[in-house]
Amino acid sequence: MTDQTQHTAAGPATTRARRKSQGVLGLRGRDITLMGIVLFLTLAAPFILNPFPATSGMAQFNAGYPDLMQRFVIFGIFAIGFNILFGLTGYLSFGHAAFLGVGSYSAVWMFKLLGYNIVPGLVLSVIVAGLFSLVIGYISLRRSGIYFSILTLAFAQMSFALAYSVLTPITNGETGLQVYTSDPQYLQSADAPSIPHLFGLEMRATETLRLGGWSFDLNFGYYVCAVVMVLAFYLAIRIFRSPFGMMLRAVKSNQQRMNYTGLNSRPYTLAAFVISGMYAGLAGGLMASMDPLAGAERMQWTASGEVVLMTILGGAGTLIGPVLGAGLIKYFENIFSKINDGVLHQWFAFMPDGIEDLLVGIVHPFVGKGWHLTLGLLFMLVVIFLPGGLVEGGQRIASVFRRDRKAGGAEARAAAKRNVE
Amino acid sequence: MDAIFLQILNGLDKGSAYALIALGLTLIFGTLGVVNFAHGALFMIGAFCAVTLSRLLSLSFTTIDETRTDFLGNPMKVETPYAEWLFGPEFGAAIIDWTVPLSILFAIPVMLVVGLVMERGLIKHFYKRPHADQILVTFGLAIVLQEVIKYFYGANPIPTPAPELFRGSFDFGALLGFEANAVIYPIWRAVYFIFSLTVIAAVFGFLQFTTFGMVVRAGMADRETVGLLGIDIDKRFTIMFGIAAAVAGLAGVMYTPINPPNYHMGMDFLVLSFVVVVVGGMGSLPGAVLAGFLLGILESFASTAWAINLVPGINQIIIYLVAIVVLLTRPRGLMGRKGVMEE
Repeated sequence: MTDQTQHTAAGPATTRARRKSQGVLGLRGRDITLMGIVLFLTLAAPFILNPFPATSGMAQFNAGYPDLMQRFVIFGIFAIGFNILFGLTGYLSFGHAAFLGVGSYSAVWMFKLLGYNIVPGLVLSVIVAGLFSLVIGYISLRRSGIYFSILTLAFAQMSFALAYSVLTPITNGETGLQVYTSDPQYLQSADAPSIPHLFGLEMRATETLRLGGWSFDLNFGYYVCAVVMVLAFYLAIRIFRSPFGMMLRAVKSNQQRMNYTGLNSRPYTLAAFVISGMYAGLAGGLMASMDPLAGAERMQWTASGEVVLMTILGGAGTLIGPVLGAGLIKYFENIFSKINDGVLHQWFAFMPDGIEDLLVGIVHPFVGKGWHLTLGLLFMLVVIFLPGGLVEGGQRIASVFRRDRKAGGAEARAAAKRNVE
Repeated sequence: MDAIFLQILNGLDKGSAYALIALGLTLIFGTLGVVNFAHGALFMIGAFCAVTLSRLLSLSFTTIDETRTDFLGNPMKVETPYAEWLFGPEFGAAIIDWTVPLSILFAIPVMLVVGLVMERGLIKHFYKRPHADQILVTFGLAIVLQEVIKYFYGANPIPTPAPELFRGSFDFGALLGFEANAVIYPIWRAVYFIFSLTVIAAVFGFLQFTTFGMVVRAGMADRETVGLLGIDIDKRFTIMFGIAAAVAGLAGVMYTPINPPNYHMGMDFLVLSFVVVVVGGMGSLPGAVLAGFLLGILESFASTAWAINLVPGINQIIIYLVAIVVLLTRPRGLMGRKGVMEE
């Protein structure tokens, strides 16, 4: 929803005028490619994520079921927003889950009061998360570095504790907020479905497409989230390339110098904080739209830690990194955690028995319930060896190939370095 | 009056744990300048040292006692712990009863090694990297350590009782002239408080009265100059990391009877300990201890019915609230030095 307001604020006329000089929709060169990749990935996700026939043994690696795909894009939005704060300004917030939770609560309240149409819910979740982040950001941004992290952490933990205890009338405490039949739902018309919908189209409506052994689920809710994420991504590109984004980078590289040149950095960082909070609220609202339930555990600091992991894993400060990171972590969470000993034995069945058992024994701690261990190790390796995340890894590999092909390897390396920066 | 006294006592045990963890965190930050998010995990590993020792000691073998029969009439199987077999029944039983205090001896070397390995193997490479990177890598390490423990010990809390002698409660009020039964306090919590005071005193004494401690203090004040004097300060800082790990571990060992250890206890304490460190002032050892006890006591006062009636939910948020107020009004913390981490 932020996307639309921002977009129209720029004015359709100016956009059209720019289109000639600046490429498509104000995007240029590489950005068009990136936008295209994201567009393609999100729209074709139900097909790409189901590469194996439904009946084959590999079907467990299929991730193309609606619930998981929705989570991919929702967390993608969350991570894109987080990256606008952390990737550009370098301010590491450990409390972003609070905004996600607030977004969820507001959306569910809209369902309770107005009806199951998701539009009011999403609008309110963005607005409320924006206001909430404005307050928290205004206070937290008075400090920087580790103090900022601790302040955001403290605020988020406070919100979590309050949502669990005192604010029970609003949040329904441990049970979680949900919609009851006794709720007023003033705008709910008689013929509208009594689950979340967009002007009558149900979120969980799913068309299953069967092609030979393959089956693909085309879920309406997923496509709603996907469209929102594409818009969110577009807005993120525009922010990254705008003078405002440049200011945020200046904050990261040398805030002191920026202050000495007479610029006050506070409004810029606060704006970035609020924007990323609104993204988180949007993600929370979408989460509630897919499943009309909101619980306090969404606000806990481990949830904030998760979005940090996603952003770093993918590549903080890069455009596509957070989306990749979110997808990767959610994929691992669901697919890795499903692999049990039986599956492992199947994989290694071709080995002699002794070696089979040994291999299963070695792999066992890292899959199934132990997938967090894999995540932790992966995360550590990325922070140690690839501070730029997977995107940097990809660029390094690409530059190696380029160096092989032509003599001007140094050039490629310099280009890769520039991209990382 | 006795109610106030009781709340102070109630705050002391949590406060002791906060103080010990925050002390270790501050030692690491003050010497190496590293923000260690894995410190809660060290606390947890310490607690699991006690669990390990108690499992080792209760390893037993089965013999068949022909003279007795069980309810089915078969010869009775008797499980004898190896400890009783090794040291004789009475002394062996005493050892098993005193597992938790004995774990201190077991935990110190283990935690020293864990700390040294952690510093040499990982943290060393992060001195020159930004604080955000240090936070992230230690956060990853904390996840890994926690999952490893979960893999070996399961996800459920493991009860580890205190020695027979220290179980139950004691009427401390009567001792101090209050009415009988007004101030009743579990004995082990008092033991924990005294223990933590001892550890804190030992750490301060070590830093204040030994040559090693003097060099470390000099290094904390000005690392380069100490290096110029030809002292290998890095080596000493590494050892301090080991000591900080041991302090966190000891806090964990002794905490097991109060709260049965589970794999995420470290994370639960970590957030609060960081808040404690920041309130006390980054890099200030007395500040960390003071803030630890202060916040523990404040938390216990906020949990009284009176406080909850006054401000609903205050018991849940008091620590964070104090942290926010302190950070905004006194950025250096209660006892922070000038120029430490003041970006």
